[in-house]
Amino acid sequence: MYKILAKETLNSAVELMEVEAPYTARACEPGQFVIIRVDEDGERVPLTIADYDREKNSVTIVYQVLGYSTTKLSQLNVGDYIHDFVGPLGQPAPLHKMERVVGVAGGVGAAPLYPQLRKLAEMGTKVDVIIGGRSAEFVLFADKFKKFCDNVFITTDDGSLGIKGFGTTVLQEQIDKGVKYDECIAIGPLIMMKNVVKVTKPYDLKTMVSLNPIMIDGTGMCGGCRVVVGGETKFACVDGPDFDGFEVDFDSAMVRQGLFKEEEHQCKIGRG
Amino acid sequence: MPNMSLEKVKMPEQAPDVRNKNFEEVALGYTKEQAIEEATRCLNCKNPLCMQGCPVNVPIPGFIEAVVAEDFEKAYEIITSENALPAICGRVCPQEKQCESKCVRGIKGEPVSIGRLERFVADYHMAHAEAVTPDIKKNGKKVAVIGSGPSGITCAGELAKRGYEVTVFEALHKAGGVLSYGIPEFRLPKDLVAKEIANVERLGVDIETNVVVGRSITIDELINEEKFDAVFIGSGAGLPRFLNIPGENLLGVYSANEFLTRVNLMKGYKFPEVPTPVKVGKKVAVVGAGNVAMDAARTAKRLGAEEVYIVYRRGEDEVPARAEEVHHAKEEGIIFKLLNNPCEIHGEDGWVKSIEVVKQELGEPDASGRRRPQPVEGSNYEIEVDTVVIAIGQSPNPLIRQTTPGLDTKEWGGIIVDENTMKTSKDGVYAGGDTVTGAATVILAMGAGKTAAKAIDEMLTSK
Ligand SMILES: Cc1cc2nc3c(=O)[nH]c(=O)nc-3n(C[C@H](O)[C@H](O)[C@H](O)COP(=O)(O)OP(=O)(O)OC[C@H]3O[C@@H](n4cnc5c(N)ncnc54)[C@H](O)[C@@H]3O)c2cc1C
Ligand code: SF4
Ligand code: FES
Repeated sequence: MYKILAKETLNSAVELMEVEAPYTARACEPGQFVIIRVDEDGERVPLTIADYDREKNSVTIVYQVLGYSTTKLSQLNVGDYIHDFVGPLGQPAPLHKMERVVGVAGGVGAAPLYPQLRKLAEMGTKVDVIIGGRSAEFVLFADKFKKFCDNVFITTDDGSLGIKGFGTTVLQEQIDKGVKYDECIAIGPLIMMKNVVKVTKPYDLKTMVSLNPIMIDGTGMCGGCRVVVGGETKFACVDGPDFDGFEVDFDSAMVRQGLFKEEEHQCKIGRG
Repeated sequence: MPNMSLEKVKMPEQAPDVRNKNFEEVALGYTKEQAIEEATRCLNCKNPLCMQGCPVNVPIPGFIEAVVAEDFEKAYEIITSENALPAICGRVCPQEKQCESKCVRGIKGEPVSIGRLERFVADYHMAHAEAVTPDIKKNGKKVAVIGSGPSGITCAGELAKRGYEVTVFEALHKAGGVLSYGIPEFRLPKDLVAKEIANVERLGVDIETNVVVGRSITIDELINEEKFDAVFIGSGAGLPRFLNIPGENLLGVYSANEFLTRVNLMKGYKFPEVPTPVKVGKKVAVVGAGNVAMDAARTAKRLGAEEVYIVYRRGEDEVPARAEEVHHAKEEGIIFKLLNNPCEIHGEDGWVKSIEVVKQELGEPDASGRRRPQPVEGSNYEIEVDTVVIAIGQSPNPLIRQTTPGLDTKEWGGIIVDENTMKTSKDGVYAGGDTVTGAATVILAMGAGKTAAKAIDEMLTSK
């Protein structure tokens, strides 16, 4: 059982929790994730690690209250316990010192992007970030990024905050202005990452993306998380979750993500 | 005077067309009377050949004699002197290839049903005896066990009995390994597995779930920082193999591990009562013919599939599953498409539509001694299905070998050990079960765990 130390509502759909999880906290690195089960009989839900505190033995997760399990999670409060919490899973992001890097976040993607960019900044890399959201309230972590980013660009679909439009537009403008980036890290919905790659590929700007397909065990045991990268089948939970965006077959990933849509629906109905 | 009936006493079972719609246990077990009757078929041989066939040397005639004498607790003690998990082994061991294949009664007629008797004795004990917490004197030494499958659990139990402080680290949220996530409820009830594991915990073994060794903590850290005096790796062979044919990433294609995990570990058969769904269409093809394939096929049938095929590239004689599983599968209406090799999975809108196979004929024996299947030119045809389950084997997960310097492995990933002690190339580290042999059996994994426990004890007491 894993104790909830803090809980915060980030916007109408997204919450943050700090959870006591010694094994994960001692070993996790940016890019890795955890799997939780809210209660006995619960689903195994993969969640990215947004932050960690080795002294406090704690790990911060950020989740969108979307399906059955995240709704249940959201009903828990500080002092309650999460039934299972296993991690860190996946490969740490391959980060090294560079001249300048740009991060592109879509929605909750800002959460896993945050520790990656912070680590790069700590290594002495100059970092820019473009954070996108549906509207002002869905733009996450802007203040946190400001602490170490040279430039924080904000975009919203409806123009309620920052620039009206998509992150890709800003990215294209930066490139057009002649800003030299050594690497781009994009984390968000599949369609957004696919579009980022469309922008960066013509310039051969190396782009890392983070995939979160359906997972069960998260240890390489089921193969449910398989994705096609560079023409080969990979298991996102052990070979990833970060992959070279130029190599990822986004279309097949989008098809596979649709797998249990119907059941998710039925399940919610079943629960009233 | 022994009972000279040529046939085993039949074990009551649920009728095939009833049980293929539920997840209750298929075989119901002997009654006391049936067990005694079957036990009297044993000749109590001076030189019991059956024992030579048993990988852990259970004193078979001894326990059967106790059954005849109606001293079932004594029978239980005799079995558990060598085998810590009899209720499980009595259900899942391939007896027809082991003890029963050697039994002299099998020369003319059927052998003694050693497996059913073992099961009876274990079930009788569970139903009647009180769980006792033994008082064991601790010796102050610590051993870490990685994986809570049969090899890890056996090794942990044996060491705890000898006074070691044992911690088992398990990656999943539940202990048991394949016994919990792989073998279905209708063949091995999960509350029975839980009871056997509780027995081991009662010996003082501490099981820590949700710890992925190699990620949460490494073997070197266990030894250097957590001060474990020895480590046993029983991490199994959990990495599913795929066919590498076109169409394998279509929706509706599962590895057997995914399919069975959704159903067994996550209880997907109770969906939507539990939140993990499992999708099974009207027509299902299971590729492969081992125990795993039989389990997947029979599970699909129970989830409501109308037609379930076993698609296998070799012939009947080469089918690797336990005879009883094949027999049960056929009774339940599973259709066997032998000598058919899949070459492509076709889809529509991202979903599986059919599986294309090539007919095979058997040629000369290959390296495994089985006759090599060869394609019959131009014999391709499509079987319409909406779900495909790939059950062609598993190999060891690479995580441990990638994160443990100094641990030698074979090219295919199996950990290399000295077979007499299960010692690996790394000091203080032992390994056994599927992670050493590749996918094998419960009893071999248990045997390896036991051998390793003995060797670890010898190593640590001589220090
Ligand atoms: C569907 C199916 C049906 C089968 N039917 C039969 C049968 O009828 N009869 C029979 O004899 N055999 C059968 N087998 C084979 C048998 O189950 C295995 O040979 C046996 O379970 C192997 O035991 P093990 O202890 O080596 O590993 P496993 O049972 O595989 O257990 C390994 C455990 O280690 C854990 N683990 C792995 N990596 C790590 C890590 N890095 N850190 C922490 N924990 C880790 C895993 O999660 C798992 O719980 C079947 C197998 C399957 C899949
Ligand atoms: S070989 Fe058969 S008859 Fe002889 S002791 Fe063993 S079980 Fe009994
Ligand atoms: S989630 Fe099961 S193999 Fe990746």
